[in-house]
Amino acid sequence: MNLFGKKSYVSIDGGERSRKNDKRHKKAEPSIPDGMWIKCNTCKAIIYKKEVTEYKLCPNCDAHFRMSPAERIAVTCDEGSFQELDVKMRPKNPMDYPDYEEVVSKAQKKSGIREAVVTGECKIHGQAVVLAIMDSHFMMGSMGSVVGEKVTRAVEYATKKRLPIIIFTTSGGARMQEGIISLMQMAKVSEALGRHDEAGLLYVTVLTDPTTGGVTASFAMLGDIILSEPKALIGFAGQRVIQGTIHQQLPEGFQRAEFQLEHGFVDRIVHREKLRDELGMILRLHNSSESEGME
Amino acid sequence: MSDAMKSVAIARMIERPNTKQFISAIFQDFLEFHGDRLFADDGAVVGGIASLDGIAVTVIGIQKGHTLDENVACNFGSPNPEGYRKALRLMKQAEKFHRPVITFINTAGAFCGIGAEERGQGEAIARNLMEMSRLKTPIISIFIGEGGSGGALALAVGDYVWMLEHGMYSVLSPEGFASILWRDSSRVAEAAALMKMTARDLLQNEVIDRMFLEPKEGLENNLEFTTTEIKKALLASIPQLMQEELDVLLENRYQRFRKFGEFME
Repeated sequence: MNLFGKKSYVSIDGGERSRKNDKRHKKAEPSIPDGMWIKCNTCKAIIYKKEVTEYKLCPNCDAHFRMSPAERIAVTCDEGSFQELDVKMRPKNPMDYPDYEEVVSKAQKKSGIREAVVTGECKIHGQAVVLAIMDSHFMMGSMGSVVGEKVTRAVEYATKKRLPIIIFTTSGGARMQEGIISLMQMAKVSEALGRHDEAGLLYVTVLTDPTTGGVTASFAMLGDIILSEPKALIGFAGQRVIQGTIHQQLPEGFQRAEFQLEHGFVDRIVHREKLRDELGMILRLHNSSESEGME
Repeated sequence: MSDAMKSVAIARMIERPNTKQFISAIFQDFLEFHGDRLFADDGAVVGGIASLDGIAVTVIGIQKGHTLDENVACNFGSPNPEGYRKALRLMKQAEKFHRPVITFINTAGAFCGIGAEERGQGEAIARNLMEMSRLKTPIISIFIGEGGSGGALALAVGDYVWMLEHGMYSVLSPEGFASILWRDSSRVAEAAALMKMTARDLLQNEVIDRMFLEPKEGLENNLEFTTTEIKKALLASIPQLMQEELDVLLENRYQRFRKFGEFME
């Protein structure tokens, strides 16, 4: 499925030897495809892979490449603090969609994770927080039962433990193979967030490229504070769908983070290298007011 | 034609009775209110207050037309963000005055356009989902025709969700499903059957709680056949929901949506 102009990194093949070499590195850098050289899809520059740091930025144009949850945890959480929740949850086939099991197992092999979201508890700058991190490498981060259930449980866990929650979103929308049950996940996550909100707790969304469809129309847009990475595609409808409906050219920069900021739907656009510090600062500013107010 | 395709065709018929017809068949003294107080009045969403045999209620629904002119005025039943925000405004008003809310759903989906994105279609739908899940007054949602995805769900987080026999409700249209997943738009019928989008399918997996039969001669020829039953059901359910402790009402609504999902651990 290539619904949302998914970025694919063209690998410049270095022949048999470099491919072998790569197998060793693959675990550490799953989002970078095979080959010593990659092409940035934004500026089209050919980049030497070792120049890409743990922040996964284009050394030439600063484009923010898509990250896996493991990479996100490494640059966000205090070292060794992340404790994963619901590790073993994996999908069933509620609609009896033909070959769904096969599609899922292929995605699991390709991404190395069981589903399109990883949830857990960690510390950022020493402060406890619940995290949910979506992964666009797993079936385009689509939301089915597992994503809905894991995110809902993470929210409910945060409510119960009186903790803030940060959700890193990236998604093509609902998991169509799970039909109407995937649509119901939007209501399920939103109502759990409603209770977290009523409990007076902090919810921060970090929108990353791309965040669209049912995830935008539910938890992505419900943060008390909504941050976004630069140039991330954020919207409800896919661009091709809009073009097919209105038969007009879409304006330059349409549905990018900067467009959403301009239209009032994003609080701040934050460069990935500064994100951890900003999140730490936000948590600190909410911690002090809560302890004063509550205790 | 498969049962699923038959229902899809019936749900989309231009003659199919629309929200305003259901409102006048079921309620008295309907007063339509306009606008979201933020940007505009969206003709795709109608709402206001009415009497259900003496019970004051708030009624909100997605409107489709029977003619081209009517459909232009209501954007073919595809709301913009201001439509969802009008609905939310009226729901909050209902909460304030302890009126139950009845919503009628009939939409191919939320509108997909530049303006809709500029004004936050995603935010508008998301907000409705969260606010409806904790609205401190009963909500009953009735699918009378098409129920297209998030744009339908944004008015359907109810204590009860009901549907007409030939209503439908799905994550996307069968056409979209076939063309996206199979890249073959000719497999619409197959998609419709697979998607379990008919009232009978949805009753089975508890997405809806109740189905209302339609007359053999077609709903457009005998609306009363079905609205009489809907009215009876409303008159039975609303007093019962109004009597419930607020905590119980909200907990039941929470659990109604909390239960959806199939997975292994």
